[in-house]
Amino acid sequence: MSETVNAIAFAVLALATVGGSAGMLASRNVVHAAYWLLEVCVATAGLYFLLDADYVAVVQLLIYAGALAILLIFTIMLTLRERADAVRPRDFSWPGLALAATFFALVTVAVVGWTPGAVTMPDVAPGIVEFGEKLFAPSGWAIQFEIASLVLTAALVAAVMWTKEGDE
Amino acid sequence: MSGVGLEAFLILGGALFALGLYGAVTKRGAVQVLMSLELMSVAIGINLIAFSRFRSPEDMTGWFFTVFTMVISAAEVGLGLALILAIYRRSRTSEVTGLSELKG
Repeated sequence: MSETVNAIAFAVLALATVGGSAGMLASRNVVHAAYWLLEVCVATAGLYFLLDADYVAVVQLLIYAGALAILLIFTIMLTLRERADAVRPRDFSWPGLALAATFFALVTVAVVGWTPGAVTMPDVAPGIVEFGEKLFAPSGWAIQFEIASLVLTAALVAAVMWTKEGDE
Repeated sequence: MSGVGLEAFLILGGALFALGLYGAVTKRGAVQVLMSLELMSVAIGINLIAFSRFRSPEDMTGWFFTVFTMVISAAEVGLGLALILAIYRRSRTSEVTGLSELKG
């Protein structure tokens, strides 16, 4: 038998992600916006669970909801001189809105006109064991994995270099 | 039980990306611009995982692409926030509109 995605669970999670994004954009307080982003990331992890991507969901929770939210909140704390600085004017621009609306309309037209038609998912749902085997196979993704670790090391060194004291 | 198909996930990803795009071009605070970029990266992840699950789950290409996207965006946010801190120490502002020193 082939599987389908539960419509109710999808509706709840989609509402959570889109509503959280709107809340992030609408909130005038930067700290509240950071918490809305955290909510969006957790709901996205739920969507990954719906799509049988357990490992990616857990990584999403660890990296986005854990590390990234903390990094954001620390930066907000370090760049505020007093509590009132967290409240910003509500930025609004018609060109920006028109750009985003045009993009969304184009995507929707393209997706609806494309009609892949399949509501059911294929039966195969490989797990974390297959993921690890493919990741570290020499003919698989091993080189990309090493390059990703190089990128992270370079970013870490550069971030430390930029933020160190004494080079005003 | 009724189910939702690939289109629903793609449209959701498009909506999230559009919201992130709006924030990235509209917001003035540098931290808020970075948060909007994160939103766009999350939308890309939803699209990749949905395509992978509905089209060819046995290859797991979407998993790998999403994990590498997360690595890149983690590096990007780390660098961006370090840059914001450095700029803040120099010029006491974290507004994007305040960074026009090199403008001709």
